[in-house]
Amino acid sequence: MADTQNMNSRRDALKTMFRGAGLLGLGGAAWGSTAIKLKASELTLRPPAAIDEEKFVKACIRCGTCVEACPYDTLQLANIDDHTAIGTPFFKPRLIPCYMCPDVPCVPVCPSGALDVDIIAKQIDGINTEEPDINKAKMGVAVVDQEACIAYWGIQCDACYRACPLLGEAITLEFARNERTGKHAFLKPVVHREICTGCGLCEHACITEKAAIFVLPLNVATGRVGEHYIKGWDKADEERLKNLKEEKTKKSSPEDVLNDWEYLLDDD
Amino acid sequence: MMTNIIKKNRYLILRRTIQIGLLILFGGANWWGWKFLMGNYSSAYVLETFYLADPHAVLQTFAAGFVMSADAIIGAVIVLVFYALIAGRSFCSWVCPINMITDLATWMRKKWKLTKKESFFTFSRKTRYWVLGLGILLSPIVGVAAFEVINPITMLHRGIIFGFGMGWAVIAGLFLFDLLVVEYGWCGHLCPLGAFYSATSRFSLIKVKHDVEKCTMCMKCFGVCHEEQVLHIVGEKSGFIKDECSNCGRCVEVCDDNALKFSIYNYKI
Ligand code: SF4
Ligand code: SF4
Ligand code: SF4
Ligand code: SF4
Repeated sequence: MADTQNMNSRRDALKTMFRGAGLLGLGGAAWGSTAIKLKASELTLRPPAAIDEEKFVKACIRCGTCVEACPYDTLQLANIDDHTAIGTPFFKPRLIPCYMCPDVPCVPVCPSGALDVDIIAKQIDGINTEEPDINKAKMGVAVVDQEACIAYWGIQCDACYRACPLLGEAITLEFARNERTGKHAFLKPVVHREICTGCGLCEHACITEKAAIFVLPLNVATGRVGEHYIKGWDKADEERLKNLKEEKTKKSSPEDVLNDWEYLLDDD
Repeated sequence: MMTNIIKKNRYLILRRTIQIGLLILFGGANWWGWKFLMGNYSSAYVLETFYLADPHAVLQTFAAGFVMSADAIIGAVIVLVFYALIAGRSFCSWVCPINMITDLATWMRKKWKLTKKESFFTFSRKTRYWVLGLGILLSPIVGVAAFEVINPITMLHRGIIFGFGMGWAVIAGLFLFDLLVVEYGWCGHLCPLGAFYSATSRFSLIKVKHDVEKCTMCMKCFGVCHEEQVLHIVGEKSGFIKDECSNCGRCVEVCDDNALKFSIYNYKI
């Protein structure tokens, strides 16, 4: 009698345990997938000096101190409906661009290391100083949609060029003869990605209905050639050749090939 | 009469003053550029001199594979030491803004007498410890502090200070859950931050002390306590109220016989 009772209570305990484990697993799966979804943030522009995006969503404690430090209200904290890691700071340049404050107040206040002054540290003789240099920020890079940009149509507009804090460096105007009219020139804005900080002042200034120049996160807007293309005409690029790791490919002799064939035939 | 009402709600008044005061300070940093308290409940920059940080958030981030800067880590240690050694789980009743939402839900629940008959669904108050563990466990798997992406506390702060967006739906859901589904549902059963502070504040100095000699067994304290399981010694023996007690002082206020009082924890008992 006592035995069956014992058995029953033990069975009950097991049942509760299994049920608990099941609920835990279910909750974990739901929670985990929500978390993964809520951290996806490929199309987000971060404050200056933000560390690499993947690390950034981990590092940011979502306090909003950077947001409050920004005098222009550029930065916002993501809500559920902002399609980016919830609670993390971002900005929409068409709304309010980053005005590239020389003292970069948003960065040093960050407690977590998600914004890191070192990334934009002013260098003197190649050594990082404590001072920030906002021109080194890489929030993204501006991209021109040549179809929508009226300067590419031949109509005169240099709104983005004038708005750029690095005027003449990050955006230059390329002159070309307008064959259609025969007497006018194209003044086409061209973005130089090594210089562009991604502040978005150009996107903000663009006169078209939906901006024809807009900032995209670097990893979205840029490609990568890969190591096996070297600019033979460029001394500095040729240097790269020396540092390349040797890639071992398995050489196969004619016999190897033959043997492989034999092996295939053997099977028959 | 008036003084009696104030006396009967003295801790409540103090708690709300602090909770709302903090929200105003946080809000001031955004609206009017005040520098007293920037940031939020995850990390706050105090008087532009030092940081406070939520140890639970820093811990999850660490689990996710990122070691925060010294500012945040020191801030988290300060907060952890303060609650663990001095104030107990006071964060919940004295600081957390969600507490005002869930208290409102409880108040309405009692007023509309939804208390017992609507409890068609119950679960263990220990669930929160599983949620706490699960959050830490999930952080490295999803590569982000798992609770922070769904944290309603900072969501409420963001809503009030920066505008709600869709965040209000989460807060409304939480409120309705507490109002209609489970009594003390969120704070008393699920919130991992409450669990975190409960688990770490075993030896905090400030605790409510029960004096069984004075107790008349009126049971009023059980009616107001949002963690009534912690009152198990009431009427049985003298001692300190421990575990999930949030030092809200509701029991102290309601007790007409001085049998419950804030006191300094005696480590020998
Ligand atoms: S650099 Fe200035 S304008 Fe740009 S995000 Fe930081 S504080 Fe705002
Ligand atoms: S200050 Fe740093 S931790 Fe806080 S929200 Fe900004 S980036 Fe995130
Ligand atoms: S249990 Fe959680 S939500 Fe409730 S008061 Fe405590 S920390 Fe805030
Ligand atoms: S025991 Fe008293 S102080 Fe502690 S939570 Fe309950 S009512 Fe609040």
